[in-house]
Amino acid sequence: MSAAPKWIPPGIGLLQGLAVTGKNFIGSFFRADRMTTVQYPEERVTLSPNSRNIPFLVFDGGDPDTGLRCVACGICEKECPPQCIYIVLDRDENGKSLKRPKVFDIDASVCMNCGICAEVCPFDSIFMDQEYELSSADRFKGLLFDKATLAKSATYHAKIRPLEAAAVAERKRAEEAKRAAAQAAKEAKAKADAAKKAEAPPTISNARPAGGSASPPDLSPTRSGQESDPPKSTQPTAPEEAP
Amino acid sequence: MSAPVDSLSQPRFVAGDNGDRLLQVSLGPQHPSTHGVFRMNVDLDGETVVRLKPVFGYLHRNHEKIAESATYLGSIPYTDRLDYICSLTNNWAYALAVEKLAGIEVPERAEYLRIITAELTRLINHTAFAGFILGDMGAWGSALMYAFREREKILDLFEDLTGARMMCNYMRFGGCRCDTPEGWVDRAKKVVAEYPAFLDELEQLLLGNEILLARTRDVGALPAATLLDGGITGPLLRAAGCAYDVRKVDGYGLYSRFKFRVPLGGHGDCYDRIMIRFLEMRESLAILREALDTLPAGPVINPKVKVRAFKPPVGEAYARIEGPKGELGFYLVSDGSPRPYRYRVRPPSFINLTLLEDMCLGRDLADVVVILGSIDIVLGEVDR
Repeated sequence: MSAAPKWIPPGIGLLQGLAVTGKNFIGSFFRADRMTTVQYPEERVTLSPNSRNIPFLVFDGGDPDTGLRCVACGICEKECPPQCIYIVLDRDENGKSLKRPKVFDIDASVCMNCGICAEVCPFDSIFMDQEYELSSADRFKGLLFDKATLAKSATYHAKIRPLEAAAVAERKRAEEAKRAAAQAAKEAKAKADAAKKAEAPPTISNARPAGGSASPPDLSPTRSGQESDPPKSTQPTAPEEAP
Repeated sequence: MSAPVDSLSQPRFVAGDNGDRLLQVSLGPQHPSTHGVFRMNVDLDGETVVRLKPVFGYLHRNHEKIAESATYLGSIPYTDRLDYICSLTNNWAYALAVEKLAGIEVPERAEYLRIITAELTRLINHTAFAGFILGDMGAWGSALMYAFREREKILDLFEDLTGARMMCNYMRFGGCRCDTPEGWVDRAKKVVAEYPAFLDELEQLLLGNEILLARTRDVGALPAATLLDGGITGPLLRAAGCAYDVRKVDGYGLYSRFKFRVPLGGHGDCYDRIMIRFLEMRESLAILREALDTLPAGPVINPKVKVRAFKPPVGEAYARIEGPKGELGFYLVSDGSPRPYRYRVRPPSFINLTLLEDMCLGRDLADVVVILGSIDIVLGEVDR
């Protein structure tokens, strides 16, 4: 190693470092940027509105059973990377889907709070909570969150994430308006049709011709030069695969 | 009869190459200076290291195999957990590989946000490194606490932007998951503007310190040619004087638009490795200032990319970025299904670790800890 360009008396670097330590030590008593400790159970930092933790299910109105937005489509269950969601679709006695979950469990000990369930949900029904005090004395049942634990009101959602909730409400309003408009158009059309029907006797106007016009498709594959090869399978070989 | 003692975890005598009696010490896996659960069997002749064999796998979590059974989207949160100090650069490398595989365009604003978050991640990593290596040298407490205090400011920015401090899960194929919240850019500008003062303070604390100089100068130096043969990348290689930075070589993202220098060291010893990281932080701050000032408006994600049921075409792709620890690459093979056929990570920590024995031979046992610290490993990435 080459010699240092300039002679520095030994110990200066140490003293410089000690000056920094001293500055920080004294500063930690009165300078706000150096007093960073928060006395946790008594004091809490305010969380960012984007901050995310375990997912929850939103319900509209007052009743978590009937107001749940979730239709048990199972997309979140399928997309969840650690597979911590378990859904059973509720059905009536005839086996017809009731479009609501009978069971909706999230295993909080497996969930990694990634937020992909909330991202892929097309029904705006699952969002990320900000609850972080989730410890439980029972490591199995205490951390398996069922539908009743997960259900939280839309007001709660609006409280923790005002911007996201407002965007969802706006989208829902737009959808509602669109649906109402479609409904009104449909009714108007039905009314007009009924009026038309009353004028003229019904005729079958757009019935298809019985014979069908499509020619039978040419299924014979082009296999020139391949006749000598024994066929590998019953499927016709694509032309590109020919040698 | 007493229960059998795990003989490997006890110091024992082994034979050296020329019949010497060497003391084998198992360093780790729970030793605080081994940065997680890394273990090495060090054969000592007195205090001098004669042989060093790393033992990997204590934190193996099957990352690559899990990714083959997860969807392309589902692997992003797992990449956060590779090098858990720098989740955003991991996200970026993986997103880049998928974008290369499927030929996806990324909007300009998203590219800027990626550069901003990646450079903030580099700041976090190098700041934490300065604290960790001081811990390795016995200066527990002060330096690490100062470093973590500043790191916390950047983690707050990440929480505001992505929702989580460390497991950000932010990048998506074709952009970023969400746009910046109200006032985020100004807060980021403030943090970036205040950072140089902290760096000055940290440099004053560390770089002239005689104890640090004695512990790091001429320790663990290897010639650049050896490092190149070993596939070493990142600050380790640049400290030995080899100008190799994937940001300059590939110019991925929009890095070619930004003006920054690549600091180079002269000796390749541990002191240069610390110094290189300090200089890189200054360059990162220059990139950040420019990016935050010229952040364009526009969408942050390519709307043509499907979030669900994403299927890239059949093919393979390797994409790499300059992670804070070195060249981080992802290699993907797609068979056209929603899950990758093969998923492979090129982890800089792991590959940089391969020359640990060469760096440590002939040094004292106490130097092993400093050399390991100067490589800057994260076991989440080494074992995956």
